[in-house]
Parts: sequence; structure tokens; C-alpha cells
Amino acid sequence: MSATPTERHSYLDAPYGLKAWLLTKDHKRIAMLYLMSITVFFAIGGMFAAGIRLELLTPKGDFLTADLYNKFFTMHGIVMIFFFLIPSIPATLGNFLIPIMCGTKDLAFPRINLLSWYLYVLGGVLAIAALALGGVDTGWTFYTPYSSQASMTNVTLAACGAFVAGFSSILTGFNFIVTIHRMRAPGLTWFRLPLFVWAQYATSLVMILGTPVIAITLVLLIAERSLGLGIFDPRNGGDPVLFQHLFWFYSHPAVYIMILPGMGVMSELVAGVSRKQVFGYGFVAFSSLAIAVIGFLVWGHHLFVSSQSAYAGMVFSIITMLVAVPSAVKTFNWAATMYKGSVTWESPTWWVVGFMGLFTIGGLTGLFLAAMGLDIALHDTYFVVAHFHYIMVGGAIMAFMGGLHFWWPKMTGKMYSEGGAKASAILVFAGFNLTFFPQFILGYLGMPRRYHSYPDEFQVLNVMSSAGASILAIGYLLPAIYFTYSLVKGVAAPANPWGAKGLEWTTSSPPPTFNFDEEVVVNEPAYDYKPSREAHVS
Amino acid sequence: MATHSAGEHEHHPKLQHHFYSMGQQLEASILGMWVFLVTEIMFFGGLFMAYIVYRWKFPLAWEESSNQLNVYLGGINTAVLICSSLTMVLAVRAAQVGSRIGQIVNLILTIIFGSAFLVIKYFEYASKFEHHLVPGAHFSYVQHHVVNGVATEMTLPYGSQLFFSLYFIMTGIHAAHMVVGIGLMLVILAMSWKGKFGPKYYGPIEVSGLYWHFVDIVWIFLFPLLYLLGFHFGK
Repeated sequence: MSATPTERHSYLDAPYGLKAWLLTKDHKRIAMLYLMSITVFFAIGGMFAAGIRLELLTPKGDFLTADLYNKFFTMHGIVMIFFFLIPSIPATLGNFLIPIMCGTKDLAFPRINLLSWYLYVLGGVLAIAALALGGVDTGWTFYTPYSSQASMTNVTLAACGAFVAGFSSILTGFNFIVTIHRMRAPGLTWFRLPLFVWAQYATSLVMILGTPVIAITLVLLIAERSLGLGIFDPRNGGDPVLFQHLFWFYSHPAVYIMILPGMGVMSELVAGVSRKQVFGYGFVAFSSLAIAVIGFLVWGHHLFVSSQSAYAGMVFSIITMLVAVPSAVKTFNWAATMYKGSVTWESPTWWVVGFMGLFTIGGLTGLFLAAMGLDIALHDTYFVVAHFHYIMVGGAIMAFMGGLHFWWPKMTGKMYSEGGAKASAILVFAGFNLTFFPQFILGYLGMPRRYHSYPDEFQVLNVMSSAGASILAIGYLLPAIYFTYSLVKGVAAPANPWGAKGLEWTTSSPPPTFNFDEEVVVNEPAYDYKPSREAHVS
Repeated sequence: MATHSAGEHEHHPKLQHHFYSMGQQLEASILGMWVFLVTEIMFFGGLFMAYIVYRWKFPLAWEESSNQLNVYLGGINTAVLICSSLTMVLAVRAAQVGSRIGQIVNLILTIIFGSAFLVIKYFEYASKFEHHLVPGAHFSYVQHHVVNGVATEMTLPYGSQLFFSLYFIMTGIHAAHMVVGIGLMLVILAMSWKGKFGPKYYGPIEVSGLYWHFVDIVWIFLFPLLYLLGFHFGK
């Protein structure tokens, strides 16, 4: 490909040093900066989770006081949601891959891309400052009037952190939309785009339409706390439930910010490991948009027990169930893609299969919670906790890990330990189920969330859950070890280690600074595996 | 830029390396600004939602509180902003036809109009502080006015404090956008001064203009919603 093949010219070898990295405008380097920072936050959030599971080993609240426990689950939520899950796939894999998949040299606005990382870091610093000064105890949802009137903790600082991090998310989405619209290579029509790009496009729509609403909501909360402008203050006639509406108008679609990119990763991985065109390309592409659109109309299902009218509850309940349709379209199409595909059991496949199992359980239990009558019983119990962890950890993080294993050779130019990766996938799958499946039962039995003590009869299930969490922790620690090891001692990766289709596999591993040595022209559909499949069959 | 195959592209000095052509670059920046403005609409949208809910809940308070605002100053500010939008669009036009002087004159006028808006807003805010209409510990529902030379006292209905909370947040965030806009115009003015814009390259001035018009339009919504409720005259 290159005129001088002996001389390496990857983006990693371009001028380096701290300054070159911190002032880089290269989307691939920014993706790596994001990857490093979200890993730090994942570790911080994980430590809070460990604290929670340790406390719940015993029925009496003997490890953490009630106040401290409140702070633990609050900080776990804030860190994991705002600083890990929301940026996870878009800001790392998305940042790295979207320009390459679009056959262009960079995102439309490279400087804004760098700005988004700095905003993320600033938001993170504010959140850590809130943590260092004593934490926050409102729950990640910041519900008023507790957050605006009563809580004596660092709500303002944490809200500022989430506000600033929100802008980093807006800028990422904004950059993706313009890039996908305006920067595609000649011949790369919308229906030749990889499904990962479609999913990121849908995600970006949610980011730019939803995130500003949480931003203004947090501004109102901060204004109420610091300036006394009591928008949600019941003493002046303000309505705390309005806060919940505004909050969930973003925070429910935010779930789709977390899972849609994961679904995009899945589409790529399923095609890649089955060596087969994705079944029903158009349906999978449009189901992403459908999820993004319907996702904006379901926030009221968080308010079934918050003085919302029964009529509104019914409408939200029905629309919520509709989300299951595009989600099922995706799941069935992935299964149909794997059917009679040339599936090889390389490490990404293990994460793919794990995702499909866990996401299905998470999605189906979502239907339980969408049914109003059932939700009134299950609301604020561990059933809800288990459900959203199946979606966010079992879905989004499994997909993120799968994507990381699939594209790690492309991103770093190094192969990692296959054995380690498979062990990690199995440990995560087993540990995850052991952690969260008992929580479904606990919730069904009536154990409420957010308490540091519980009746003795729940102990067995809680001990199972805590034991699972420790296996899960080892499952997540393993990749940190073998990925780091691969950077030092890994075998150099070929341009296309999986024999997969896609523009990213046509350039070298790791790619050069401007992604491709020649200008890209596309004249085939996405996932054009036909020749290789025919070759395989014959 | 060794990978850039020469000859096929125009090589305007302002063409960034990752775009194929000036046209693509312009289209990307204009789409980018529109997408950004969509986020701004959603940002203000949360406030308008709160406004709708509380106005529906407290119609009387909204009417009476609106009467505490100075409709003349608000009206003048509306006119000032509409003028600034006109000079803004003239500045963009001047860039497209390559008139440096036209850009400079119109940008300076835009900055003057924008600043005049903020000065008038300052006096409005000051009078709200004097009348204890700023929400918080010093808010007073009892208001003293001089009507036809007679000192009268009136009590604002319950919910008025919410109106003023929203008034200050909505106009405050709008004013913050004006400050950003004026800063942006100063940068654009400096670029125009150096003669950077012409028929081939006018993206920055055009997208800054879009931003300016957006901030203007927000005020066009705020003015009737906040100032023109109920009977201001002859009550």
C-alpha cells in the first residue's frame, strides 16, 4: 500500500510526547485519550460497586453507615453513567472508527473533538472534587426537593460536573452527525454504510436532542440551590414532579445513548464472526432510528408512581412496549445472520454470544416493568436494579468489550492473548449472571433498592450476588492485564486479522495519521462477504 | 500532507486538510451550526416547558407579574435586536460580494445594537432589584406603584415568584448568549478587518450570523411570552 513499506507511519508513530498527544486533532488519538480516561472512571465506579456489594453481604448495615451507603450508590451511579457508559462506545470506538468507516481523514471538526475530551475531563474533575469533598447522597437522579432543599452534600458541584460532561457528549454527537452527512467518501451511499455508523447516527440524534434538556434541568437545580430561584420549590408553587419529567426526558433516552452504539458494535461483530452479510440490513439500520425516536416518547414510565395520571401512565406504558419491536428486530436479525454463517470461535464471538443472551433477558424484563400494574409492585425494588444492569452492563459493556477485542488489533497494531480474552468473556458472563439474576428474585420478593440493611431471609441471595460481583471484577481485571501486556509484548497485528469486511480493515494496523494512503472510493455494499462465503462453501 | 493527491482540488489557503473542497467545508460548517442550534432549541425548550406548565397552573400570577415588567423597555429591546439582525445579514452579504468596508461597518453596528440591548437589560434588572421582584429571601409580593399620581399598593398572587424565577433564568441565559454573540462578532470583526472573507470563503461569518439570528429569535419568543400578558395599559 505505502510507497515505502519498510517505514512505518501509523498515527501512533507520528510525533509523540505529551504535548503532541494532549494537543492532537487526530480522532484516533482522541479516541485513545478517551479510552484511558473512561477506564479510570470505570475503576472508580467499580470500587463503589464493590463497597455496595460488601455492605450487602450481611443483613445489618455494619460496613457502611446509612449516610455513607447513600453516597456510595450515588457516586456509583453518577460515575458509571455520566463518565463511563455514556462516553464509552461513542467516544472511543465511535471516535476511532466513524471517520475510517466513512472513508475520510478525520471528523468534520477535529478541534471541537479535542474540546469535547477536555470538557469530559473537566466534568470528571468536578465530579471527583464533589467526591473528595464528601460525596453526594441524592442518588444519581438528583430528585428535587431533596436535592434542591434538604441535602447538605456537594450536589451543586456534582451537577456542574454532569452539566459540563453533557456538553462533551453533545459535541461528540454533533461532530458525528456532520461527519456522516457531509464527509462520506465518493460512492459511500447511506445504504452502503456499516450498521455501526447507522447506530452511531441514531445515538448522536439522541445526544443532541436529549442532552441539552438535562443541561438546562441541572442549571435550574443549581440556580435553585445557589441563587434561590425556586423553580421546583413547592413553597412558591413549584412542582418537584416537573423536575422528574425534565430529568427523564433526557435520562431515559440516555439509556439508548448507552445501548444503541452497543447494538451497532454487535451488527459489525456478528457479520465479522459469521463472515456473512447482516440479515435484513435495512431493517437493522432503521430499527436504530426507530429506537432513537420512540425512546423520546417513553420517559413517563419512570413516573408511574409519581402522581402521573393513569391515562398518561397507560400511554407511556404502551409506547414503552413498542420499543421492544425494533430491539427484537435487531436481536432476531443477528441470530438469523449467525444461522448457517461460518462462525469461528475467536474471542469477539464469545462476547457476541454473551451479549445476545444478557441483552435478551434485560429487554424482556423491561416489558415486565413497562406493564403498569406490575411496575407498581416492582417499582424501586431490586428487580429494577437487575433489569437495568442487564441492559447497561450485560448489554452495553459486553458490546463495548466485544468491540474492544474486535478492533484492538486495528487500534494498537498488536494481538492480545486469545486464551485470556475467552477466559475473561466466560468469567464476565458467569459472574454477571450470578450477580444480577438473584436480584430479580430479590426484587420479586420485595427487597427495595437503596437501603444498606435488609431482613435476614434475603441474605442467601445477596451473598450469591456479592460472590458473583467478585467474579465479575476478576473478569474485568483480566483484559486490563492482557491488553496492557499486548502493548508491550504483543505480536504485530496484520491489517485484517479476522478476515472481516469494512473500510477499517483495508488500511494498515494501526492506521496512518490520515487513515488511508490513497483516497477512498467505495463501489460495493457493506458486508460484501459473498465471494469468501462461496469460496468457503465450495 | 503527503497523501493529498494534488491537482484535483482547489487549493484555497483556508481549505482544511480533511476536506475535499471549499464547498464541502462550507456545507459542513453550515450544517454544524444548524445542528448546534437544534441543541440550543432543546436547551431553551426545557425552560419553555417549565413556563407552559406554570403558566397553566398560575394564569393570574402570570398576568399580574407580566404587568410588573416594563413593556416599553422590552419593546425597544425587541426593535434593537431586529435591527441588529438586519445589520448582521448585511455583513454576511458584504462578505459574499467581497466588500470589506461593508462587513466592517455592519459588524460594528451589530455589536453596537447588541451592546445597547444589554445596557437596557441592565436597567430593567436594576429596577427589579429595587422593587424586590428578585426571587429569594428578599422577594416581596406587596408592590407599591404610582398610578395617576396616587400611591397604590397591590399584592401579587401566589405563583408570582415562579414567574420571576423563570423571567430571570430565561432572560439571563438569553443575555449570556448575547454576550457570547458579541464576543464572537469581535473575533469575526478582527477577521474581516484583515480581509479574510470574500466570495470564496465566508463560512465563519455566515455561521456566526446564524447564531446571532437564533439568539434574536429566542428574544422574539421571550418578549410576548413574558411582557405582553394581561392588560398593561389603562388598568
